[in-house]
Amino acid sequence: MAQITMTQALNLAIDEAMADDPGVFCLGEDVAAKQGGGVFKITSGLTEKYGANRIRATPISETAIIGAAVGAALAGQRPIAEIMLMNFVGVCMDQIVNHAAKLRFMSGGQTPCPIVIRTTTGVGVGFGGQHSDMLEAWFAHVAGIHVVTPSNPADARGLMRASIDANDPVIFIENILCYGLKAEDPGPGYRVPLGKAAIAREGTDISLITYGRTVLDALEVAAELAKEGISVEVIDLRTIAPYDEATVLASVRKTGRAITLHEAVRPFGTGAELAANIQEKCWDNLKGPVRRIGGTFSAVPFASHLEQAWIPQKSDIVAQIKASVGKL
Amino acid sequence: MAQIAKEIGRDKLLDIYTRTMKVNRTDEKFRALLMGGKVAVMYYCVRGQELVSAAAMAALEQDDYVVCTYRGQGEQTAKGIPMEKWWGECLGKATGTCKGKGGTMHITDPETGIMVTTGVVGSGLPIANGLAMASQNNGDGRVTVVSFGDGAANIGGFHEAMNMAQLYKLPVIFLCQNNRYGEHTAYADHTDSRNIASRAEGYGMKGVTVDGNDVNQIYPAMVEAVARARAGEGPTLVEAMCYRMMGHFFGADFSYMPPEHIAEMKAEDPLPKLRQVMLDHQFTEEELDAIVADINAQIDAAVEHALAAPLPDTDEIYKDVLEETA
Repeated sequence: MAQITMTQALNLAIDEAMADDPGVFCLGEDVAAKQGGGVFKITSGLTEKYGANRIRATPISETAIIGAAVGAALAGQRPIAEIMLMNFVGVCMDQIVNHAAKLRFMSGGQTPCPIVIRTTTGVGVGFGGQHSDMLEAWFAHVAGIHVVTPSNPADARGLMRASIDANDPVIFIENILCYGLKAEDPGPGYRVPLGKAAIAREGTDISLITYGRTVLDALEVAAELAKEGISVEVIDLRTIAPYDEATVLASVRKTGRAITLHEAVRPFGTGAELAANIQEKCWDNLKGPVRRIGGTFSAVPFASHLEQAWIPQKSDIVAQIKASVGKL
Repeated sequence: MAQIAKEIGRDKLLDIYTRTMKVNRTDEKFRALLMGGKVAVMYYCVRGQELVSAAAMAALEQDDYVVCTYRGQGEQTAKGIPMEKWWGECLGKATGTCKGKGGTMHITDPETGIMVTTGVVGSGLPIANGLAMASQNNGDGRVTVVSFGDGAANIGGFHEAMNMAQLYKLPVIFLCQNNRYGEHTAYADHTDSRNIASRAEGYGMKGVTVDGNDVNQIYPAMVEAVARARAGEGPTLVEAMCYRMMGHFFGADFSYMPPEHIAEMKAEDPLPKLRQVMLDHQFTEEELDAIVADINAQIDAAVEHALAAPLPDTDEIYKDVLEETA
């Protein structure tokens, strides 16, 4: 199989879903051919294949974009709505939280809302405070939404197909720094089920639970520590909410130690929920407290060295793991 | 005007009258139940706006889509939600449209085209665009009507939705029921535009302001807007001038309404006006009374059914969250 980037993986998944189901369509700012197929080229080449109605370039109107996706989904279509950058979800939060997430429940199951909201973000490219945040915890806190993020091209392809198949809203978070990653193409029709974590690296001393770009950091750290005789199990959640509790708890019961790691700020982050749940359910297996690593609790800064200092540091991941396993 | 009324036709007039009285009697019944302490739920009265809803729904086909608001009883009952299901939902019963999980502010009944009832002012417009976008994508010929008040015309989603609808020529009708109040704030205290329909021009859209208390104005305006939408000519903003004769919600104080406003709205009450139109078209008092009596009997039976209906099982709180929990 050929190597593909994450950008290509997402494009291929959307392309084949559109080919399979005439109800699948994309809408968002700059997504059509005239605008170059999206600022990150995810919908590149699709206007030519499927026409302007199915690749709708929209005005800069996030509320209208998500509202339209909600309405189309209620009418039986499967819209893929792009919110160019994750911070812009603030503009359309009412449509996502009060409508997309709740319409299945509030209608007694009559109006499920199968939409995929693709959005991009990530720290490390100098976009500053309003274009970089990881806001997954906002959505993980709302019943009725899947929150998904891939860490590699194969998962990107498989998770996107599964998200389009899903009969509920999915917030699909793409990390800017992951678009260029290359890996073997899993091929057409590949799906990664929602709610299923991956054990990205097996280990026996500690469970490092993460998702998205920080999976790469985790794997790097795990490889380094292996040389020192510390065996780190890296869990890539892939679906942040509702997450694969069985895989997480089984891992922690095996290792007896856990650290959560995410790029998003630490306070009230998804790591806090994971840690609390692990402590409730694995107390007797735990050899120490569950630790949390996250971004600095401030706005993402602009200057490159500040931005790099803001991100969870690999040295800190190493230190926390060593402190946990008692080898500091 | 009488000439246009003849164009409406006796059958359609009868249809509109029946729908109007269904809305009105449902409203009266609800208020009586609340006054009597028999039920205690949020209810947003539609007294004064019955004709707008009835005429708008009478301009639609059964499978057309509707998005309405918490003050949506008029659209819901006039579009034809079975009364037992409607009352069941309003009383929080398992027999309701949404198994008692939506309530008065979130009535949904896809079978009759009531796709969303939103409790958030202005949120229905962007969703209506999506329903209309689906119709445009799959060519099913349906149109979507979204109802909202004058207060909704000042929220961002209104403007985003109007622009997008016109851009794509979506088959959607924006029905602004200008009842002169946004919650407890009078029109002049929340808006300086001379009317809402004039905003359509700013989006390149057709906009009309009509008297929502006059069947000969509101119904033809809706028919025309529906025809334009169905023909692919794009959206219309129909502003129906009407009056909210009660407070924002049942029980709310509305003593802030000036006496001259109250006098004006009493003089413009759509119900006696519509009755006169009916009489002018050779319907008899007896015929009209019989229609109302029949509606009253249907409503009474539906209320009895709903009162006696079972409550939803407690485990419903875990269901319908995601498909996996359905």
